[in-house]
Amino acid sequence: MAFLELKNVSKHFGGHSVLSNVNLSIAEGEFVAIVGYSGQGKTTLISLIAGLIKPDSGEVSLEGKIVQGPGPDRGLVFQNYSLLPWLTVYENIALAVNQVFPQWDATKRQAHVEKYIAMVKLSHAKDRLPKQLSGGMRQRVSVARTLAINPRILLLDEPLGALDALTRATLQDEIASIWQSERKTVVLITNSVDEALLLADRIIPLTIGPGATLGDSVPVTLTRPRDRTALNHDPEFKRLRALVTNQLLGFNAARKTSVTKKLIRPEILPEDLDAPRVNRPPRRPDEEKRESIQIA
Amino acid sequence: MNKFKLDWLILPVIGMLIMLVTWHIVAGKKTYVLTSSLDEVGAIVTGLPEGGAHWKAVRTKIQAGEVKDIKKTSPEIWEAIQGSFEEKRVGLIPDLPNVIETWQSSKPYIVDPFAKRGEMDQGILRFTWYSLILVAQGYIIALVVGVPVGFFLGLSPTFTKMFDPLIQVLRPVSPLAWLPLGLVLFMRTGSEAGTYAALFTIALCGMWPTVLNTAVGVRAVPQDYLNVGRVLKLSRWKMLTKILIPATLPYMFTGFRLSLGIAWLAIVAAEMLTGRPGAGGFLWQEYNALIYEHIIFSIITIGLVGLILDRLMSLVEARFKAIS
Repeated sequence: MAFLELKNVSKHFGGHSVLSNVNLSIAEGEFVAIVGYSGQGKTTLISLIAGLIKPDSGEVSLEGKIVQGPGPDRGLVFQNYSLLPWLTVYENIALAVNQVFPQWDATKRQAHVEKYIAMVKLSHAKDRLPKQLSGGMRQRVSVARTLAINPRILLLDEPLGALDALTRATLQDEIASIWQSERKTVVLITNSVDEALLLADRIIPLTIGPGATLGDSVPVTLTRPRDRTALNHDPEFKRLRALVTNQLLGFNAARKTSVTKKLIRPEILPEDLDAPRVNRPPRRPDEEKRESIQIA
Repeated sequence: MNKFKLDWLILPVIGMLIMLVTWHIVAGKKTYVLTSSLDEVGAIVTGLPEGGAHWKAVRTKIQAGEVKDIKKTSPEIWEAIQGSFEEKRVGLIPDLPNVIETWQSSKPYIVDPFAKRGEMDQGILRFTWYSLILVAQGYIIALVVGVPVGFFLGLSPTFTKMFDPLIQVLRPVSPLAWLPLGLVLFMRTGSEAGTYAALFTIALCGMWPTVLNTAVGVRAVPQDYLNVGRVLKLSRWKMLTKILIPATLPYMFTGFRLSLGIAWLAIVAAEMLTGRPGAGGFLWQEYNALIYEHIIFSIITIGLVGLILDRLMSLVEARFKAIS
C-alpha cells in the first residue's frame, strides 16, 4: 500500500473548480516534486495533503488512515515561512517542539531544538527575531521548525520561491543534504523544473486549471548526490528537463484562447464650453470598441 | 522649508507663542475710568499733606491713562483719589482674562501643586491626581471588559452580527448622556453614587476603541499564523495565548491608547456633573465662582495631561508595533 495516497480528489472554490480528479501515490522515503504554473492550485494541493482544507470529493490518506485535519505527522513548510514575528528563532522552534513532544523533559527538548537550529546553521542567530533575519535564514528556520517535530512526511510548498537565485541554490543543496541524512518522504511543490530535477526522485507536472489535475510522472534516475554544475552537461538531465518543460508548455498551448476586451479610444474632442463646468467629462469620438485578442 | 536642528522644539514653541499673542490681543484688560472731573481729582491730590508736588506728575499719568502706575508708586495718593475712578474691563472680549491675569491668578495652584486649602481649593497636581486615580479605575474596567468582547467580535461572525449593531448605537453616545443613567443605576449606593456613576461612564465610553480595535486585530491575524497552530494541533487555549493574543497586541494597544484619550474626556465631563474634586470639578466650580482665569487654567491643565497620557501610551504602542 502506498504511503501517501490521493484518490480522485477534487476541490472547488466558489463554484470555480481548482483541482479535479487528482490521483497520487507516494512510497515511503520517496522525494516527489510537483511542478506547475503559478496560480494553478499547487498550494491548494499541498493544503489538502496537510489537511488545512478538506477535499470536496475523494480522499487523502497517509499510511492507510484518511486525513481528517492538520496534524504534526505532516510537516508543512510554508511558502512565506510563517514564523511568528514576536518569537525568536529558538522560541519559534521550541513552540513546535514543546507542543509535539510534551512527554520529554525540558533538557531533552532544549537539546532537540538546538540540534535542529544547528542543522540549518543558525546557531549564531538563535536569539534573533524573524525580522532581523534575511529571507533565506527565515526559510531555514521554517525548515528546522518543521523537521524538529519529526513528521512522517515533509510538505514543502514552494519553499524557495521568494528567495534570490544564490540563496536559492544554497538552500537547495541544504535540502538535498538534509534529505540524504533524514530520508524522509518529501512532497516538494515548485515552479522550477531545474529545482525539481536537482532534488526529486520523481516529477509530476500539474496541468492548467480550471480543474487542474496531475500529469504523467517522470522518474528522475540521476545519481545522488547531484552536483548542479555537473548536471548542466548531463545528457539525461537535459532530456528530462526538455520532457518536463514540454509537458508543461503543452498544457499551456491547449489552453490558448481568445478574450474580448473593451477598449476606449484615446482621442478626446474639444471641451463643450456651453456645458456646466461641474459635470463636463472628456468627450470621445466613439466611446468604446470591442476587440478580440489571442492570449498566448 | 528646510529641516533645521531643533525644529521639533522651535516650531511648536513658535506656534504656541502665536496662540498666546492672539489670546492676549483678543482678551480684555482692566483699566480705570475717571468718573469725576480731572480738576476735582487734582484738588484731592493737592490737598494731601505731601501731595502738592506730585500733582503735576499724577495729572500727566491720569491723562495718559496710567492710573495703575499711581497705584503702585504712590499708594497713599491712590487711596485718596480712587473714589473718583471706576474699574472697567476693555478689549475685544472684555470678560476674557488675558495671559498675565491668568498666570497671576493661577500661580498659587502651580507653585504649590499639592496644597490642600479646602475641598475645592487644592493644588493643580492634587486635583489632577484625583482625576487620574478615577480614570485609571474606569480605564481598567474598560479594558477588562473590552478586550474579551473584542475577541468574541473578532472570532465569531454570529456574535458580530448579534452585537455589532448594538455597539454602533452605544458608541456615539456622549459621556454627558451616560452619567445621569449611571447616577440612577447606583443611586442606592448612597454617598459613593457619584464615584460609581463616574466609573460607569468612563468604562462605557472608553471601552469602544478597545473593543473595535481588538476585533479588527483578531480578524487581521494572518491565516498562516493560524495554520502554524493548526498543523501543531495547538489546543484552543494555546492557540489563543500563543498565537492570537500576541498577533493582536499591536492593534489592541492602538485601542488602549484611543480608549485612554476617551476616558480622560469622560472624567472631565463626569466631574463637572457630579462636582467631585478633580481637574474637571475644579473647572466647573470656578465657572460657578465666576473666576474665569481658572477656567482657562483648567483647560490648559486638562489638555496637557491628556497629551502626556497619549504620548506615554504611544511609546508603549510603538514597542509592540516594532516587534510584529
